[in-house]
This record gives sequence, structure tokens and C-alpha cells, in this order.
Amino acid sequence: MEGASLPAARRFRVSAAWPDEETRRRAEQVKRLLDKSARAGKNIADRGIVVTVYLPIAELSVNIFIILGMGAAVGFLSGMFGVGGGFLITPLLIFYNIPPIVAVATGANQVVASSISGALSHFRRGTLDVKLGSVLLVGGLAGATAGIWVFSILRSIGQLDLVISLLYVVLLGTVGTLMLLESIRALRRAANNQPVSLRRPGQHSWVHRLPLKMRFKKSKIYLSVIPVIGLGFGIGILTSIMGVGGGFIMVPAMIYLLRIPTNVVVGTSLFQIIFVTAYTTIVQATTNYSVDIVLAFILMVAGVIGAQYGVRVGQKLRGEQLRALLALLVLAVGARLAVDLVATPADIYSVVSEGVYR
Amino acid sequence: MRALFALLFALGLAFPAAAQVLEDPPVEFPEKLEIGISTDEIAISSDFRGADLTIFGAIEGYDPALLTQRKYDIVVALEGPKDNNTVRIKERIFGIWVNRRSMTFELVPESYSLSSTRDVETIAEPAMLNGVGVGIQHIRLSPVGFLGDGSNITEFREAFRRLKESGGFYQRDPGGVQFISASLFKATVKLPASVPNGTHVVRAHLFRDGVFIAEKALPLRVMKTGIEQMISNAAYNNSLAYGAFSVFLALITGWLASVVFRKD
Repeated sequence: MEGASLPAARRFRVSAAWPDEETRRRAEQVKRLLDKSARAGKNIADRGIVVTVYLPIAELSVNIFIILGMGAAVGFLSGMFGVGGGFLITPLLIFYNIPPIVAVATGANQVVASSISGALSHFRRGTLDVKLGSVLLVGGLAGATAGIWVFSILRSIGQLDLVISLLYVVLLGTVGTLMLLESIRALRRAANNQPVSLRRPGQHSWVHRLPLKMRFKKSKIYLSVIPVIGLGFGIGILTSIMGVGGGFIMVPAMIYLLRIPTNVVVGTSLFQIIFVTAYTTIVQATTNYSVDIVLAFILMVAGVIGAQYGVRVGQKLRGEQLRALLALLVLAVGARLAVDLVATPADIYSVVSEGVYR
Repeated sequence: MRALFALLFALGLAFPAAAQVLEDPPVEFPEKLEIGISTDEIAISSDFRGADLTIFGAIEGYDPALLTQRKYDIVVALEGPKDNNTVRIKERIFGIWVNRRSMTFELVPESYSLSSTRDVETIAEPAMLNGVGVGIQHIRLSPVGFLGDGSNITEFREAFRRLKESGGFYQRDPGGVQFISASLFKATVKLPASVPNGTHVVRAHLFRDGVFIAEKALPLRVMKTGIEQMISNAAYNNSLAYGAFSVFLALITGWLASVVFRKD
């Protein structure tokens, strides 16, 4: 672990007198920015400016400003928190009545755009382990293939929408809860003026006793390929069924489970994400015809621009309280999906024609 | 036409075996139906918000007495391309609504627009309408595969009709067919905004005093045009290239953004 720098967020220390003058001023700035964009949005709505655009694959007309706003907001958050945003964009699209099958496939396509700039900069700086990434990728491509196969079966028996929603509720609920607990613990530690430290439990776990070991020079570790391929496989399944990059699971798993040095973790996970999401997009397009390029393009453009502002704000405002906020947002999205599962539907019958997707 | 029938009749007498093949309603009923539309192809652009299609037609060989008594009824249907349709019903399992039972109907029209001289239900007996398969309540809905319990077919059929009608795919206009002279009529059928791409069929039915006597069908191709349709065609017909292009677009967008917004 020598030479491994801790993620910036963990180095940040919150003083007991939070919120101090500085943080309050910055929070004020963020609030003004959000107010301004909300006003702009309201202006557009008030003037009745509705530019509809027809989504050829989703087969419905949408207000382009809503899609742009969605993309920009998720891009902003993903820039601020350093996450891909796929796990937020897909549920939002579903809330906006985009068929889940299209939302998932298009979400994977959007992740390609939101991850490429990060992947490129890590590649330039050399903070990615290509060998480790390739082993992850082997698992990832296999997982994505298996996932698409499951996806097609679920679709043909009419259970796809349900499974997507259920998986999102479980995933968002778990990740949100863990993040919230972790940030509360960190906040409490900070309040007691204890240094925030990376947990370093026992040096070796069962993971390190597995056979088929391989040396990864860049990461300076000697590790079995079984858990690496396994992790890649699981993330590949998530990418194909849920339309997420999976970085928010992969990064913690690589740090805590595989003990890969943190300086190569983000770059290596982005390497795997780019290839798996690109592969998933192509396979979804050829098997389920469910990638909506118009929707994806609007989301991408808004997303990459939003992310630039998010990064700037994120650099000013960073800390446990921010992660607690993201955790609450993740939980809120999960709760909304859960409500939709439990609430009595407007119509218990549905009809689909065979030629069309779903 | 009369000469042709006479000839066929003569042939029938000459070759009794062939006569059986030619035993058709036209011999029983003198009335025939003719219809015409100005085009057999409609191009629809992406801003299409629905339109009316007018069909002209005439009853030939009618009985003037019956016509004055308004005994003739005409029903014109615009049937969309056919596909198998699956109806699913949700049930609550452990508090969650889950699709449970389903039924697939064989080759039903994706869209159906009906226009008639009066409410179809009053034109003929339900059994007659079911036999002809005309009217939203009487379209043929035959389930695919084995049915363990036939009792819930009605439930699924009703749900299908209701969903199609509330979605605007199935429409009816009692009074959409008007006589413009003694035997000449004009029928207006609606093309919904979501009209499916493909070959539709305009099917006109003639009823005389509650009895179906003649039918005439014309094909009508609905072609969607514009960039949206091009994209959709590419997605279905060249899916590999389409998928690869989607990825390429994402890579370019992400890369361009990182170049444009580079700080150093």
C-alpha cells in the first residue's frame, strides 16, 4: 500500500465548528446556482416553450428541455461526486415513462460518454493497470453476455420491467444505506475531532488464499484472478440488466475486498466500464433494438456539460456531509421506485405486440 | 359484368364439377360494393398529429325500394398491420404487483379505425358481426396455444379491446359513413397520430337489413418518412452498424467535452 494516496474526500477533515464561514459561503454559492437554474427552468415552462422531440426507438414524443435538464442534473451530480450517473439516469428515464428496456440500453450508451474523459485522463497520467483491467474485462464481457441473455428471457416472459425495478430498489437501497451510515460515522468522528482514517483490517482475507495467482506489476499486487474475473462478471451483469457502469460498486470492492492500491483503482475501473458499456450498447442494439440514439445523444451532451460544472463545485465543497447528501438522493430514488412497485397500478392489464420491444 | 356471370354460369352447366367452386354469395345477392381511395400510399412525416382519410364508394345493383327504406348499412374499417399481441394481468404477490397470467392473441390489427352509417351494434346481430369480424367488439381474437381454462378468455378479450381503445389505436365513428347520392357514399376513417408503419387494409362491408352481403378491400401503405424513421429503420435493419455508431457518438461527445473544457 506504499505510495497509495488516499482519495481526496477522505483527506478532508471537518472541523467541529461545522458549518464554518467558508463552507457556509460556498453552500450559499451552490444554492444561488441551483436557484438560478431552477428559475431558468421555470421561465421556460412559464413561457410555454415546449420543444418536443420524437424518440424513434422509445416511440414517444418528449419535451427536449426535460431530457436536457435530466441529463444536466445527473451530469452535475456525477461530476460533483465522481460517479458515472447511470444508476440515477435510468430510474429518472423510467419515471418519465420511457420504457425500461429503452432506458437501460440507452443508459449504458450514455455511460460510455460520461466515462471516456475520465478514462483518457487516467490513461495519460498512467494511473490505470491495463493488465488488471483486462482480467476484469474478461469477466465483464462474459457477465454482460450472460446478462443480455437473461434480459431477453425476462422480456419474453413479461417480467423485465419488474426485475429492473426490483434490482434498482435493492441496489439503491443498499448502497444508499451503506453510504449514509458511513458518512454519519465520519461526521461523528469529525465532531469528536478524531482523524478520518481509512480502515485497514487484517492484511489477508479468504480472497488472498485463492489459487491461480497472477502478478500485477502496476498495482504492485500478487492476486488470484478468480475474484477479479468474478467481480468483472457481476458488474457486467449489472451493466446489461440495469444500464449502469457499476463504478460505485466496483471501486469499493477493489479497495476493500481485493486491496488494490487506490491510485490505480478509479482508472482501472473506468477502463473496464468503457469497454463493457460499449459492448453492452452494441449487443442491446443488435438483440433488443432498444438503444435510442436520439435520447442518448441529448442526455450525453447535457451530461458532459453538467459534469464540468459539477466537478468545479465538487472541488470547492467536499466532505462527509456531501456524501450524506448523495446517499439521501440515492435512497429517495430507490424509495420512489419501491412505491411504484407496491402501489396499486392504474390498470392491472397491459398489452404488448410481439414485433415491438418489451 | 353480367356477361361474365352468364359465361361462368354457362361454364358451370357445361362442367358440373367446376360449378361447386363457383358457388358464391354474388349469385345470391345482386348488390355489390365498390370503393376507391385517391392513393394507395400515404407518406407520414414526424410531426403527424393524426388525420382523416376519406373513402368513396358505391353500391351497385341495389334495390331502390330498400334504399329508400334505409335498409342498406355500410361499415368501413381501416385495419392496421397485424401482429400477435399479448395481454398480461398483474396480481399482488408479497405486496408487489407482478405480471401473472397472460394470453396471446393471434394476428390482430395494431390499429383499427371504424366508420359506419350508424352504431355497428344496431346494424346486425352480434353473431353476424362476429362471423364477419367487423366492429371493435367483434374483431377476431383467437388465443395462441393451449388454454387450460377457457373461462377467462372473455376477461382478456375485454381488456385488450379496452386498452386498444383507450390508447387511441382502436377508434369508431358511428355516422362516419354518409350517403351523398342515392347509392354513392363517403366514409371518413381516422388515422391516429401513432398510426403504425406498414400495409393497412381498407375494408368495406355492406349489410342489407342486418345481413352481411358484400365486402370490398383495398390495401393502403402507410410510410413514415423523415429522419426519425430513418433512424428507426437503421436500428432494426442495420442494428450492428447502428450500435457501433451509438458508441462512436458517445466516445466523440465525451472526448470533445474533455477537450473543450480542459483547464490547462
